[in-house]
Amino acid sequence: MSDLNPSNAAAPEGEPTHDEGVSYLEAGHTIKSWLLTGDHKRIAILYLISTTLFFVVGSILAGLIRLELTSPAGVLLENDTYNKVFSAHGIVMIFFFLIPAIPAVLGNFLIPLMIGARDLAFPRLNLASWYVFMAAGVLAVFGLCTGGVDTGWTFYTPYSSLYSNTQVTIVIMAAFLAGFSSIMTAVNFIATVHKMRAPGMTWFRLPLFVWAAYATSVMIVLGTPVIAITLALVVLERVFRLGVFSPELGGDPVLFQHLFWFYSHPAVYIMILPSFGVISELFAAFTRKRVFGYHFIAFSSIAIAGLGFLVWGHHMFVTSQSMYQGVVFSLISFLVAVPSAIKVFNWTATMYKGHVRMQTPFLYALGFIGLFTVGGLTGLFLASMGTDVHLTATYFVVAHFHYVMVGGTIMGFLGGIHFWWPKMFGRMYPEFWGKLSAISVFVGFNVTFMPQFIVGFMGMPRRYHYYYFAPEFQIYNILSTAGATVLAFGFALPAFYLTWSLKKGPKATANPWGAHGLEWQTASPPITANFVSTPIVTDEVYDYSHMDEYEQQKSTLEMDKPGTPGVETKDGEVIAEEPK
Amino acid sequence: MNYSMSPPQASNFSGWHDLLFYALLALTAVFTLIVGVAVVFFAAKYRVGSKANRARPVHEHLPLELTWSIIPLILGVIMFLFGTKMFIWERTPPKDALNIYVVGKQWMWHIQHENGVRENNTLHIPVGKAVKLTMISQDVLHAFYIPAFRIQYHVVPGRYTQTWFTATKPGTYHLFCNMYCGTQHSEMGGYVYAMEPKEYAAWLARGGEDTPHLTMEQEGARLWNKLGCGNGSCHGSSDSERGPSLNGIMGKTRKFTDGTSVVADDAYLRESILQPYNHVTAGFENTMPAYQDQIEEEELMSLLAYIKTLGNTPPAKTPLEPGKGAPLSGPYNKSVPSFSTGAIEAQRPGRPGASPGNNSVGAESVQKQGSKE
Amino acid sequence: MAAVTHDHDHHVEGLHHQFEDMEQQSETYLVGMWSFLVSEVMFFGAMFLAYSLYRWKYQADFHAVHENLSVMWGGINTTVLLISSFTMVMGVHFAQLRKGKLVQMMLGATIACAFGFLFIKFTFEWPAKAVEHLVPGPTFGTIKEALHGANPRPAELFFSLYFAMTGFHALHIIVGILMLAYLANMWRKEHPLVTKDYVPTELIGLYWHFVDLVWIFLFPLFYLIPR
Repeated sequence: MSDLNPSNAAAPEGEPTHDEGVSYLEAGHTIKSWLLTGDHKRIAILYLISTTLFFVVGSILAGLIRLELTSPAGVLLENDTYNKVFSAHGIVMIFFFLIPAIPAVLGNFLIPLMIGARDLAFPRLNLASWYVFMAAGVLAVFGLCTGGVDTGWTFYTPYSSLYSNTQVTIVIMAAFLAGFSSIMTAVNFIATVHKMRAPGMTWFRLPLFVWAAYATSVMIVLGTPVIAITLALVVLERVFRLGVFSPELGGDPVLFQHLFWFYSHPAVYIMILPSFGVISELFAAFTRKRVFGYHFIAFSSIAIAGLGFLVWGHHMFVTSQSMYQGVVFSLISFLVAVPSAIKVFNWTATMYKGHVRMQTPFLYALGFIGLFTVGGLTGLFLASMGTDVHLTATYFVVAHFHYVMVGGTIMGFLGGIHFWWPKMFGRMYPEFWGKLSAISVFVGFNVTFMPQFIVGFMGMPRRYHYYYFAPEFQIYNILSTAGATVLAFGFALPAFYLTWSLKKGPKATANPWGAHGLEWQTASPPITANFVSTPIVTDEVYDYSHMDEYEQQKSTLEMDKPGTPGVETKDGEVIAEEPK
Repeated sequence: MNYSMSPPQASNFSGWHDLLFYALLALTAVFTLIVGVAVVFFAAKYRVGSKANRARPVHEHLPLELTWSIIPLILGVIMFLFGTKMFIWERTPPKDALNIYVVGKQWMWHIQHENGVRENNTLHIPVGKAVKLTMISQDVLHAFYIPAFRIQYHVVPGRYTQTWFTATKPGTYHLFCNMYCGTQHSEMGGYVYAMEPKEYAAWLARGGEDTPHLTMEQEGARLWNKLGCGNGSCHGSSDSERGPSLNGIMGKTRKFTDGTSVVADDAYLRESILQPYNHVTAGFENTMPAYQDQIEEEELMSLLAYIKTLGNTPPAKTPLEPGKGAPLSGPYNKSVPSFSTGAIEAQRPGRPGASPGNNSVGAESVQKQGSKE
Repeated sequence: MAAVTHDHDHHVEGLHHQFEDMEQQSETYLVGMWSFLVSEVMFFGAMFLAYSLYRWKYQADFHAVHENLSVMWGGINTTVLLISSFTMVMGVHFAQLRKGKLVQMMLGATIACAFGFLFIKFTFEWPAKAVEHLVPGPTFGTIKEALHGANPRPAELFFSLYFAMTGFHALHIIVGILMLAYLANMWRKEHPLVTKDYVPTELIGLYWHFVDLVWIFLFPLFYLIPR
């Protein structure tokens, strides 16, 4: 699929070159070789470990919330503790899992591989970003362990600046630092995508994942500094009484909300756009077809990045912003739904006349389509001002953004992890368990959050610890908690079988899925320098119809034959070829 | 347990809101179905190895792209127009609206009516009349939220905000704080009592008391009925098999089964109610239940006041239980929805129940707050 | 990174392994730095937005209380920073000509200006505000004359913004000094990364000009408010 240098012309195209160089996993086994690495792939693994840890922390907190809400008057927590738990859940999940998960793990690992570069533009900056991220994480955990915060992840003033007696300062500093970490990553991605593409890799030959990561990076660069300075001003107000947001000090609390949502609404797209990219890749690979409407998907990412900055006011329809402001924000919010709809339709259309293979990553992708469609459409209820007045800040909103962020981002993340797992570690995972996990997550998720739409419509406010005065809410909360246990099972499974696969999984070939893309051209796991020599790209993106004879044979003719590398057998097993 | 799936519709906005809501729900269902069916159909038809025709696959198709961009766009804009129209309606209170003032503070709602009547954590309003709330917070952000009315607006320190509604259905509805405001955020709420205008006027005239002031005799009569003292054949207008008549009992000499006697006074009557077995009137069995610990001293005083009137006048017309009779009828009485009062004890032993004078949620917060200090 | 060296016909001094050639490296550096500066613009942008909002709301009070700030010291500091920008430009110019000694001199002059700026700010300007009780806090505005007739609450807001914005600017100056010192040291050691290519020097220059530019906005917004 791409011309290799003459020196390697003898090797069949697409054939992994196992004997050239050492895999990045083998290039040093000391802890130091990991902690001081400049290799984007190793940094991605560092991020994978750390974000997974934060996900576990956030999930345990979520479990506590769900347990507490099974009874209208609580189960084991006090008011203050409950408030700290849901705040910590939001802060950990958003700042330390959802925002970094896909860009910092999959983006770090894949962008240089996908564009044919040896590394990101700034390897040391990349490593620094991980250290800053870890410093932020440690600071946040320290803050949460030494008193916690009870402000919610939104840190609304004046509660956060003058009223709360908790560790707001420390946790805000942590969020501030985490923001810097994502700015570092974003600057790195922008420079890399602009200047480090391999010869022949034009903008419209970029895989859609790269487009999505690029759009995300632009949003991070534009949005994150705003939240950073806003949170810094909250700290100044809290510590030095430099009043900017508190009415008692002459300030305006609604200004905080404007600045906060100016970042935090785009942050939703920062979380979901990379997932869109992953889903595009999965659809191409598992239908063996060029993604339908490539240009429309690419431009819709840019449209979302642009429009995403103009809709923050829809969080504030009832917060005393002017009515006319609300009208404009509402209209743009409806408009931003269109590029998302375009994406969903294009993905669906990609399956038309494809060769659909129901393997684990694709199950996640289909789950994503279902959940994101519901999540996106329920967003319209909140973009429409008339209905938002009733629904805002109820469990309807909670359900909506979980559909988008869990159903969107986490499904995309897990789908991506399963798809590129053989590339990252050179091992296959057991297909049966993978499918079970995907189905459990999908079912568990719907049972968890569908009832929250209903209870939200009934008027249950979010962030409520007790609802003994409204026991009609209880049945839905119990259903939700029941679903959460299934969801937890679905999330826990991959931790076990993926870890198992690291040592015991069958060895993966360079291209176990028969997928198109530069990252599948190099060995699994890739060598430190990614490619033996800089690839030259001559074919179009997702060009499955013109894959060379070798790939054709491997991917279409032998596909139905059990025992083919990376191809599903009737038992749902993936059998990979033994290393040479 | 109540298995409803939607909040009650109780204001001028509720119907419109729900219409819009269900329209959007239909839109959601249709699009989810389209995508879902397409995904399942394609997945089945084009599964790997199937014999489906895959000739000349399409990769870009401008008319198709435009179709599925423009149709959602048009539908979106239509929903936007209706949503905005409704919002503008919600943000434009009529000029003749009844003004009520709301102050939010951690973790209570203070409400003041124009004639000076104040209430905490409850809001009494007349049905059929536009009500405009002018709201401000004393400390942090709060949000005034009445799900049954589909209205919500933030209560911000340092600036007045407004919202309005016209209640359409008498009843008791939830009032919530829906902007996180600290420790007892979830308990910063109470009930909205929508009442018939006449009853609202009467309530205002009573100075915001839930029940009209009763004289001690009236209160005693109420208790007399409640405890069933005159029921059946216990203490009727004349002696019966089961009990003596109490008509004109004060000052009379009572003879007992043990042969002693006493002149009936307050102390005697009190003792006879609390420990009737001490002095059983001659000619009767010891059948009366003891009311020790069953009745408050205040109530006892009222009861005695009523007993003294027995036989002097034709039996007083006794007001009925709240909620059963004329002056206190209507849904606004303090019997909050049946699930509300008992829930606290049922769910969490040791948690103080809603106090009798104020069944609202926040009242409890106040008590707790007070006890901590 | 031995695995990749055979990719290049020869190893270029000062070229990082991930780049093909010096041109790509320089261009990438520039894209990176400009992206970062865009980020910085948004960082200060949020504060400028808050400033505009409150100034629009409290124009009269802001005008009254701004007279407390010394236009003289502000002006001198503006001049100092403009000079530092000039020396920085000259530094980049000499870097293009690969005149290491002159580059070091110019960077040294820039650092000196930066220290001068901070010295004036932290000895003549900020401490005076504490003496006049103009630091936001419980005692703010207790000396009536210092307010110049402004209402205390808006005046406190003005000084909150003043300390926040000039404070974050000063922080950027300090970071700039560290970066300039590091760069000057690399020139002294004749590190190939800077001597073979002027772009790293230019990057630090870009940052420094940005910091100056922020001050060019801060000075009129705080010191020169028209009635």
